[in-house]
Amino acid sequence: MDFSADEMMASVAARELADGDVVFVGIGLPNLACNLARGTHAPNLVLIYESGAVGATPSRLPVSIGDPALVTGSLMVCGMADVFQCFLQNGRIEVGFLGGAQVDRWGNINTTVIGDYAHPTVRLPGSGGATEIAAHARRTLVVAKLGARTFPEQVDFVTSPGHRYRGTPRSEFRMPGQGPVTVITDKGVLEADRKSGELVLAALYPGVSVAEVRAGVGWPLATRTTLRELAPPSVRELQLLREVLDPKRLYLKG
Amino acid sequence: MADSASKVLTMHDAIARHVHDGDTVVIEGFTHLICFAAGHEIIRQRRRDLTLARLTPDLIYDQMIAAGCAKKLIFSWAGNPGVGSLHAFRRATEGPSPSLALEEYSHFGMVARFSAGAARLPFWTMRDYAGTDLPIANPEIKSVTCPYTGERLATVPALNPDVTIIHAQRADAAGNTQIWGLVGVQKEAAFASQRVIVVVEELVDTAVIRADPNRTLIPGVIVSAVVVEPWGAHPSYALGFYDRDNDFYVSWEQISRDPARLSAYLDEFVLGVEGRAGYLARLPGLVERLQASQQVCAGVNYGF
Repeated sequence: MDFSADEMMASVAARELADGDVVFVGIGLPNLACNLARGTHAPNLVLIYESGAVGATPSRLPVSIGDPALVTGSLMVCGMADVFQCFLQNGRIEVGFLGGAQVDRWGNINTTVIGDYAHPTVRLPGSGGATEIAAHARRTLVVAKLGARTFPEQVDFVTSPGHRYRGTPRSEFRMPGQGPVTVITDKGVLEADRKSGELVLAALYPGVSVAEVRAGVGWPLATRTTLRELAPPSVRELQLLREVLDPKRLYLKG
Repeated sequence: MADSASKVLTMHDAIARHVHDGDTVVIEGFTHLICFAAGHEIIRQRRRDLTLARLTPDLIYDQMIAAGCAKKLIFSWAGNPGVGSLHAFRRATEGPSPSLALEEYSHFGMVARFSAGAARLPFWTMRDYAGTDLPIANPEIKSVTCPYTGERLATVPALNPDVTIIHAQRADAAGNTQIWGLVGVQKEAAFASQRVIVVVEELVDTAVIRADPNRTLIPGVIVSAVVVEPWGAHPSYALGFYDRDNDFYVSWEQISRDPARLSAYLDEFVLGVEGRAGYLARLPGLVERLQASQQVCAGVNYGF
C-alpha cells in the first residue's frame, strides 16, 4: 500500500507512545500521532494540551491548541499555571512532543529567530511552552522533516535545550527530563547517543538509504552499529489517519 | 451592598476611562475568549505607546501593532495558531531596524510573571531556561539560589499591568465573572492588574452567580468596569456561545501579509464602524456558521 511521508511520521510517532503514558501534545502531526495511538495500541493515553485540557478526546481534528473540541468531553480543564506547575514541573509528563524550525547536532531546538536575535532575517513565533517541555518531560520526541537548513550543525538560537549547550553537557544543568531523545524525520529516526548526546541515525524507513538521510543533515551524521528498519504504516493505521483523524488532509499533506 | 453597585459601562466609555497612552495593557485569553472588541475600541480611540502583554499576541495584537498602538510587546508565542505567521508583528521585528521592542519569555515564564504579580511578590521562581539562549535574549530572566536547598532556580519579575481586559461568558453588574472552558491565565492576569475590565456575552443577575459560585473566576471586588458585548470575542470563541472562526484565522495569513490589505481591513471592520454592532453588521451569516451547539452539563448539589 502506498503511503506518504507524513503518514509514516505520524505512525512512527504513535508507536513511540506506550499505553497509559501522559503526553503533552501539540497541534499537527503530534496530535494525529497521539490520537492514532489512542485508536490502536494505547487506548489509555492521557493527552494534555498546554491550553489546560487534560484527558482530551477531541471529536473533531483540533486546528489550534485551544480548540473547543479539546475541552468538551475532557477529564479536566485547568488554568495554565496548573499546567506548567502542577503537571509539567511536578514531573507528571512522560512524553512531550516538539517541532522546530531548526534542530542541531545536539538536539537543541530553535523556534525563535533565523539570524541574529536583535536583527533577525526571520522572526519565528518563539518558545511557547517548548523550552520547559524539553527541560521537564521525561522524554521529548521531535518531529521534523530533514533538510540542511532544518538540521544545521548548530541552531541560530537555542529555544529548547538539547544535550549540549555551548560546549557544556546537559547533565551539568540538572534538568529533570532527558530532553529530545528521539527525532522522527521523513526518512528515518535519529536518537541522542546516551554518552555524547549527539544525534545519530538509529532507524530507516522502508526503501531509504543512509546516504539519503545524511544528505538532509548539516553535520557528519554517525549511525548506530545496527540500524533498525521500521515497518510502513499498517492498513489499520492508514485507515484511521485518512478516514477518521484527518479526512480533509489538514496535516497529512505530503 | 456590593451586589447592586453597577459597574456597567459602554465599551467606548470603559476604554476611554481605563486605557491611557503609555499604559501596559493585557488582553488575555488563550485561544478562547480573546476580546477583539476591546482591542478594536483601543485602535479606534487611537491609543499610542502601549506596552502590550499576553502569552500569545494572536491576531488582535497583530492588528494593534499594525494600527500603531504599540511600542513594546511582552509575549511568549507570536504566531497565528495552526496557520503560520503574524505578519504585522514580523514586519515590525525583522530586518536591520525593528520598530517594536520585544521582551520575550516562554509560556511558563509569562504564567509565572502573572502569578508573581497576582501575589504582589517581586518575582517568581521556576526550573527553566537552563541551557537555552532565552536569558541572553532577555536579561530580565535571572536566577536565584534557593536558601533551603542551594539549588539555582530561574526567576522572572512580576508583571503588574495597568489594565487587564478579560472576556467572559457572563458576569453580574458588579463584575463577579464566570468563565467555563479554557481559563488560561486570566485569573492571575486580573489579580495582577491595577484595573480590570470585564467584557461579557451576557449580563446576569447576581442570583445566577450565587447559584454556582465555584464557576466564578474573577470576583467583582477587583473589577473596575463591566461591558456587555455579545460576540465580542469573535473571531476567537466563547464556549457555549459561538465557535472559533477558523476560516478568518486562515484568511489573516493573506490579509496581514500585505500592508495595504491589512490597512483596508482595519478601515472597513475597525475604524469604519462605531462599535461591535457595526462590526457584526458587516459579517452576515456568523450566527448560522458559528453559533454553539447545546451540551449542557448536569448541575451539582450545593446543599448542606
